[in-house]
Amino acid sequence: MIDPIEPPRRKNPLLRTRLPASPPRARSRTSHGFTRAAAEGRFMLQRCEACGAFAYPAREACPACLSVDLAFVDAPRRGALLAETTARVPSDVYFRERAPWRIGLVKMDCGPTMVAHLHADCVEGAPVLMSFQLDKSGQAVAFARPEGETPNMADDRQWREMTADPKFRRVLVTNGRSLIGQEAVAALKAAGAKTVFVGVAEPWRPFAGEQLLRGQQGIELVTLDASDEKSVTDLAADIGGKVDILVNTTEYVRPGGLLDRRGTSIARDEIDQAYLGFINLAQAFGPAMRMRGADGVNSSAAWVNILSVHALANWPAFGAYSASQAACLSLSHCLRAELRPGGVKVLNLFTGPVDNEWFQTVPPPKVAPRAVAQAIMSGLRGGLEEMYVGDVAEEIRQRLAANPKAVERELDK
Amino acid sequence: MAAPVTIPYARYSIESAQWWIGRALSALVARAGIKASDIDGLCVSSFTMGTDSGIGLTQHFGLCVRWLDTIPLGGASAIAALRKAARAVQAHDADIVACVAGDTNHVDSFRLTLENFSRFNQDAVYPYGAGGANASFALIARNYMRTYGVTREDVGRIAVAQRANALRNPHALMKTPLTIEQYLAARPISDPIHLFDCVMPCAGAEAFLVMRDETAASLGLPAARLLSTIERHNAFADDPMQVRGGWAMDVGELYAMAGVKPDDLDIVQTYDDYPVITMMQFEDLGFCNKGEGAAFVRQHDLTVDGDFPHNTSGGQLSAGQAGAAGAYLGLVEGLRQVLGEAGPTQVKDAKLGLASGFGMINYDRGLASGAVIFAGPAR
Repeated sequence: MIDPIEPPRRKNPLLRTRLPASPPRARSRTSHGFTRAAAEGRFMLQRCEACGAFAYPAREACPACLSVDLAFVDAPRRGALLAETTARVPSDVYFRERAPWRIGLVKMDCGPTMVAHLHADCVEGAPVLMSFQLDKSGQAVAFARPEGETPNMADDRQWREMTADPKFRRVLVTNGRSLIGQEAVAALKAAGAKTVFVGVAEPWRPFAGEQLLRGQQGIELVTLDASDEKSVTDLAADIGGKVDILVNTTEYVRPGGLLDRRGTSIARDEIDQAYLGFINLAQAFGPAMRMRGADGVNSSAAWVNILSVHALANWPAFGAYSASQAACLSLSHCLRAELRPGGVKVLNLFTGPVDNEWFQTVPPPKVAPRAVAQAIMSGLRGGLEEMYVGDVAEEIRQRLAANPKAVERELDK
Repeated sequence: MAAPVTIPYARYSIESAQWWIGRALSALVARAGIKASDIDGLCVSSFTMGTDSGIGLTQHFGLCVRWLDTIPLGGASAIAALRKAARAVQAHDADIVACVAGDTNHVDSFRLTLENFSRFNQDAVYPYGAGGANASFALIARNYMRTYGVTREDVGRIAVAQRANALRNPHALMKTPLTIEQYLAARPISDPIHLFDCVMPCAGAEAFLVMRDETAASLGLPAARLLSTIERHNAFADDPMQVRGGWAMDVGELYAMAGVKPDDLDIVQTYDDYPVITMMQFEDLGFCNKGEGAAFVRQHDLTVDGDFPHNTSGGQLSAGQAGAAGAYLGLVEGLRQVLGEAGPTQVKDAKLGLASGFGMINYDRGLASGAVIFAGPAR
């Protein structure tokens, strides 16, 4: 059983901030099948299509029958911990700083034996549940935890290295005017975030839901217009060193595509708000987040983007908006690479049309803002990188994997 | 097998692996009283040669050979080298084969070797902070000790006896006595592996020559005869955890081919990357049954003067692990023993010896194993 983590003490400004180190990053190309699984919170292993045997580590041919038909498939998570050890003086800097570090060998019920990081409550001989997690170098690692719930389970020191749990962390939600932003604030507070900074552009303009944010313990309204470089840098100068999680809820949705619009002024607004806003936020907050990736219990941990699933497949009815989202998606991969040395995760949530005023004419199903907020929480707690929220997003994900041309034709209606 | 040579180890070296291998070849030639041009076969093992393999070394050292091999089998390299070299001279593919292993140890060599060890290690072990073999062998040791009721004190007897042997070896890196109390009180590295269960990485080289009987006789070289040898890789893959090595598969053949029994052996040199692995070899090489390794070490004195002289130069645990040369250390010392050239570590009347190798913890277990029985000219 593990003790709950203590709220972090106020930081001594005279002490040097510990710089982040990364665990070993090199992997074979095939092994990135596990990276994909970890990014989406799935547990996948290679299974031989010929003989059905599961294999691990990543292989190019089946060790049972030499078939080369090895596919990554969702696999049973259960196994038993055969043996454990506590590494006290590892040679790698990342682990040396975090020693003692516990690992073990797990015999999976489906066959393979896996070296895994261990949750503190794992017991030799007892069943464990395995998952793939993204570690601080962004690569997949196997993580074993007890089969049942244990007290303060999410506070496990090694588990917390794999996740971006909001508990005791300070979060900036960039747009408090949006319904998703407001739901995110409430969910983050409920998840134990210490402070939620809520960005509001032109704060003198009243907005619906404002009373839920003002005067609340642990919620601070701050002036922020993401599309305005000066506004963003001013805010970063104030709070940049204490933003552990940034939730980019910038939202700028306008209908229309190319031919029925005149000129570029709306497109320019879309780019200003979503794309350049993203750049402003990244440049102002990213460097400090990257520096603070190993800064104790409230180290910087994650950057969250909420993107339309139509970033992946253009929806002509909202064609220019889709394109602005595609630009943000591409940029998010750049941000992920640049935050990686700090161990800061970039979590992208792909949503279908949200149940808000801008998608008023769109028929259901639409995504409730609260569902987006809950997805953010589970993504942060599980340390994920990609999430599809709602039926529309999930359907497009599956159909894109099946036949992207069919998606393109059928979105044109 | 003739001209066993050891280039004394150094904890760290600013020289290259090629430098160490060159020293070993030079020592071989001097020791055997031959010319470098008499060497027509070469077999090399090293972790730190960078982009070189055996072929690069031929030009580097001016050797013109007609038989060449590079053996990347870690701790099993010496046995594998000997087996191949013996077949080569038997078939007259070569007349005199130089078997050599050498590694340097720069301040960051060990970490770099770990980082680039193997694909499974890179994908599924190194990212877990295993930091070398320690954590992987800790898992094996823990399971083995629990399964067979082995205590740290049992395992420690092996390390303590080897230290006593090392104190006789002027070239051993460890120069202070080790008591069982000190062994037990050592700091934990990766439970149940503690400090004195671990080898000291270092720089060094080991080598010997392989030739036919008549070649040795014509050169007037004292030589040991190869009586039998076994080699096995990825044995017992279905064992969930390693409690035995490949020796257990072939040990019957090892003694039958040599026409000797385990009791007949005068000296035994096991591959001691961890003492628990040595205990496993005592069982798998037929000195006792599986699960009786602890009782065996309690009942025997493993020192040079004891009733079961074992790892007489101190082994890797006390002499140091010079990379791939660690595979050769036991065999080279064993050859010195049966040739009566072991000097301060000489076991009286040693005529019949066994050396074993074990290597390549690719993922969750050591994959390569081998053993050899050899006799000195007196037998």
